[in-house]
Formats: sequence, structure tokens, C-alpha cells
Amino acid sequence: MRETRGFKIYRGVVLTVLGLFVLVPLYVMVTSSLKPLKDVQGAFTWWPSNLTLAPFVDMWKTVPLARYFVNSTIVSVAATVFSVAIAILAAFAVSRFRFRGRTVFTTTVLSTQMFPGVLFLLPLFLIFVNLNNSLGLQLVGTRLGLIITYLTFSLPFSIWMLAGYFDSIPRELDEAALVDGCGPMGALWRVVLPAARPGVIAVAIYSFMTAWGEVLFASVMTTEANRTLSVGLRQYSTQTNIYWNQIMAAALIVSIPVVIGFLLAQRHFVAGVTAGAVK
Amino acid sequence: MAVATETAAPAPTRRRGRPEQRPGLKRWLPYALLAPAVLLELFIHIIPMLVGIWMSFIKLTKFFIANWSSAPSAGLGNYKVALDFNNAVGQGLLKSFGVTIAFSLITVAFSWVLGMAAAVALQPEFRGRGLVRTLFLVPYALPAYAGILTWNFMLQRDTGAVNHVLDQLHLSDGKTFWLIGGNALVSLITVAGWKLWTFAFLTLMAGMQSIPRDLYEAASVDGAGNLRQWRNITLPSLRPVNLVLVLVLFLWTFSDFNTPYVLFGTAQPPAGDLITFHIYNASFLTWNFGTGAAMSVLLLIFLMIVTGIYLLGTGRRSRRA
Repeated sequence: MRETRGFKIYRGVVLTVLGLFVLVPLYVMVTSSLKPLKDVQGAFTWWPSNLTLAPFVDMWKTVPLARYFVNSTIVSVAATVFSVAIAILAAFAVSRFRFRGRTVFTTTVLSTQMFPGVLFLLPLFLIFVNLNNSLGLQLVGTRLGLIITYLTFSLPFSIWMLAGYFDSIPRELDEAALVDGCGPMGALWRVVLPAARPGVIAVAIYSFMTAWGEVLFASVMTTEANRTLSVGLRQYSTQTNIYWNQIMAAALIVSIPVVIGFLLAQRHFVAGVTAGAVK
Repeated sequence: MAVATETAAPAPTRRRGRPEQRPGLKRWLPYALLAPAVLLELFIHIIPMLVGIWMSFIKLTKFFIANWSSAPSAGLGNYKVALDFNNAVGQGLLKSFGVTIAFSLITVAFSWVLGMAAAVALQPEFRGRGLVRTLFLVPYALPAYAGILTWNFMLQRDTGAVNHVLDQLHLSDGKTFWLIGGNALVSLITVAGWKLWTFAFLTLMAGMQSIPRDLYEAASVDGAGNLRQWRNITLPSLRPVNLVLVLVLFLWTFSDFNTPYVLFGTAQPPAGDLITFHIYNASFLTWNFGTGAAMSVLLLIFLMIVTGIYLLGTGRRSRRA
């Protein structure tokens, strides 16, 4: 692209329009979280006339936000660790070995990735109910149950993307390690994994983000004790009041960890997506 | 090399060196590596899917939920109900399907156009480019419900920012309903597009970076302007990226549940009745899980057909399949 006058005008228009499109909701989120309740219940104003930090204090009391925070953190971290660890092993097998059943496995993983979650929701729910009846294993309404269901999104994606990423790492590297006396697992641990770090980071971020933001399973599989943020935030709307300022404050607080994490690692994410998904 | 070409029935004697390694290891190692993934896939995907298909053939009402394996057979009854477009359930499904098709196609087009516009604008280096890029990624990084709740607030009739702006610009009297009635679809597309376009942007941007610079330089020497360079170099080079991107965007939007659920609560307006949300409501509000399961299977078949036709039509088969 040459930086002609026309191009500069084009860029100015595009960046202004899209910048506003992105920024206005973020601006509304931040400023509304600083308004008293009566101000967010009245006509909208761009600038808060009565600035207050009260919503950031009250939001912890209106709703047991701290507990939801803990639940979300445990569930998201566990889902991420499981899916990344399991996916690394599976992706290594798919990328570095030729074996019977490999095609069946990769095709299955690829296809489950495109199925909507609502398809698995009911059957999983019923299986969980059955496991509880037959084995006494409590999965509905527990964190473990939620962690398992969250693997439905993150595991296929992680396997698929990591396999693509491992493929892009020259085989000569791990073959050299094999010659040097490493076993295959040593080659994975010492050579392939370090080289695939951006891919692993990307997959971990993706898994964490999907778990942190998941709504569907959380709305069915949780009870008060294990409720996550995605469902908990709804409780700021009561019969009598919608605490918009506290909703916006809470939305801001729950977004900060993931947004910062994502932005810090975005280069790895971009590299991972490109190598793994777009080839 | 041995690692790459080993087949299912290797000849262990071919291996040289490393005498401490048992000959059978190479054959079993990939299966051992896959075992956790296969077990989990079975538990979270394969068995649930089979159960789901089976559910669609039984009379699974609320009376049988606790002990669902004893529910009586429904034969094709659930499918007949779902596909009988003369009764309320069938009509509801058909209408919801239409809404979802419209929603997906418009949202994908919207997201792709915005993503492409931004990716092109950000190709040359300029001051603040990194900052703009980072800013554009924020909607994607934000947890879905946080962004959707903000839009929900902005789309409120009396207290929302959207009506306030429209009123100030004299585009409306500030009394438009956005979350009920006919505008619900517009709201859904805006909110879903707000989040999704940045993924298109990210992918297209990465795709553009892998196009060799000298192609553009050669075109410039030949006197091609920016628009012609975009049409004759950028667009054709991005073809493989676009094929995957559009398919992924379509599958995502078609299966979107978060946006309608958080935006509307459990009472969706007919104009914003997306299919996954429709199935959810059909199952959990009326407790008629058999019909819900039949609808799910129909949705699955539809998505598989679309994907199959798309992959065949574009001549792209899955990479490792």
C-alpha cells in the first residue's frame, strides 16, 4: 500500500468510525460504573455529573461477587491446565507419529469443534444425573462438573491448533534430540515444547477466555455454591431494581484480568492463530 | 525420520542405536499419548452425542428426567413435531431457523467488511499503529457477557446511550425499543458484530503480513494504484485465509447462544429468536427434552451439510484428515 492522499483519508475515516464503535461501549462501561444509582436510572449523560466510587464497593455486597470470582478462577484455571496438558500430548502424537486410527481421531476432533454447545448440554446434563444416581458422583452443581463441560470447547480447539503449530516446527529439531539420546518424550519436553511456546500460550489464553466468559453451561450446571461470574452478574437485576452502575463496575472488574492477559500475550496469540488455524 | 515414517506395524529391528528402548514402545507411545484425549472426547463429545441422538427418539418429558433411561420410545414422533410446519412447534423452529440464517449471514458479512477495512488501513507503518491494533482487540478479549451487558445497558429505551445519541442527532425521538419488537435482530447483529469483527481483523491482518512485499512493489512499478493492488494481489492471496475465516465465522454465529441469552434474558423477542436459544427454551422452559433433542440433531445435520458443501465447493479438505 502506498500512502497516497486518498489512502490517508481512507485510513482516517476507517480508524475514526471503528475506533468510536469499539470505544463508546467501553467508555459507557467505565463512566456508568462511576455514577450513583439514580443517575444511571435517569436519562443518559456522557459525563457523570456526580462521580462516585460507591458502585465498586457496593457490588461486593449486592451479590456475592467474591465467591463467583473464586469459582470462575478455579474453574477457568483448571479447565485451562487440563485442556492444555492433554492437548499437548495428543497434538504431539498426531503431529509426530503415523499410526492406525490417526485420521479417525483428527476428523473427530475437527468435527466436534464445530458443534454448538447446546447440542451437548442436555445429554451431558442427563449423563451427569445418571452418574450421580448410579455412582454417587456429584457433577451437576459442582466445579468438577463445570470443568469437564468446559473441556468440550477448549480441548478440540487446543488439540487442533497445537497439532498445526507442532507441524510448523521442523522435525529435524526433535530428530536431532533423538539422535542425542533423548527419548520421544524428552524430545517433546526439551525441544518441541519450547519451540511451540507461542502456540501453547495462545491455546492457554483461548481456553481461559472461553471458560471465563462461558454462559450456557454455567446457566444450567451451576447452583448457588458454584455459580460463576457469567451467571452471577445477572443477579444485579432484581425485581425492583437494576443496579446498572454496579453491573458496569462488576463487568469492568471481571474483564480486567482477561483483557490484560490477552493484550500482554496478543503477539503470541496472533502467531499461534496464524500457524495453527490459517495455513 | 524414523519418527515420521513409522507405520502401525513397524519392524523393530530397523532401529539402530538406543538399545535400552523397548521395541514395542514406538508402537504404543502414540496411543498412550492419545489416551487421555480419547477418553475425554468419548466422555464429553461422543457419548453425549449418541445419548442426544437416542434422546431424540424417546418421549423425554419432565416425568422421565430423573430416570430417563426408562422413558418410552417416541419413534420419529419428536422429529414429526419439530418438522410439522402446520403446528406451533414446527412453525417456531422454521421461523427461528430463518432468523438465524439472516443473523449469521449479515453478521459474518458485517464482521468481514469491518475486519478487512481495518486490516488494510493498518498495513503501512504509522505512529500509533500498535496502539490502534491493541485497542481493536479489546472487544474480542472482553468476556462475552461483559460486552453484551454493556450493550444491553446502551440499548435500554429510556436510559440508554443509543437512543440518546439518535435523539441528539434528530434521527429518532429517542423512544425506540431495541430489545423487543422488530429491532431485536438489528441489536443482535450489532452486538455480535462488535465482538466478532475484531477476530476477522486479527486473522486478515495476520494473513496480509504473510503476503510477499515485492508483489506490491512490482505492482507499484507497473503503475497499479492501491485499489487495484488490493483487488489483484491482496484479495487473491488471502483466499485460503478467507475460506477458513468465513466458515469459522458462520459456524460461530450460527451457534451463538451468549448474545441472545445475555441481551434478552429468557424471554426472547420473535425477531431475535436464534436457533440455539430456541432449542434451549424449547427444552428447558417447556421441559420437552425429546423435541429439543430432535431439533438439536436437525441443527447438527444442517451444520454438517453446510460445512461439507462449503469444503467441497472450495476444494479445501481438512488438513490432517
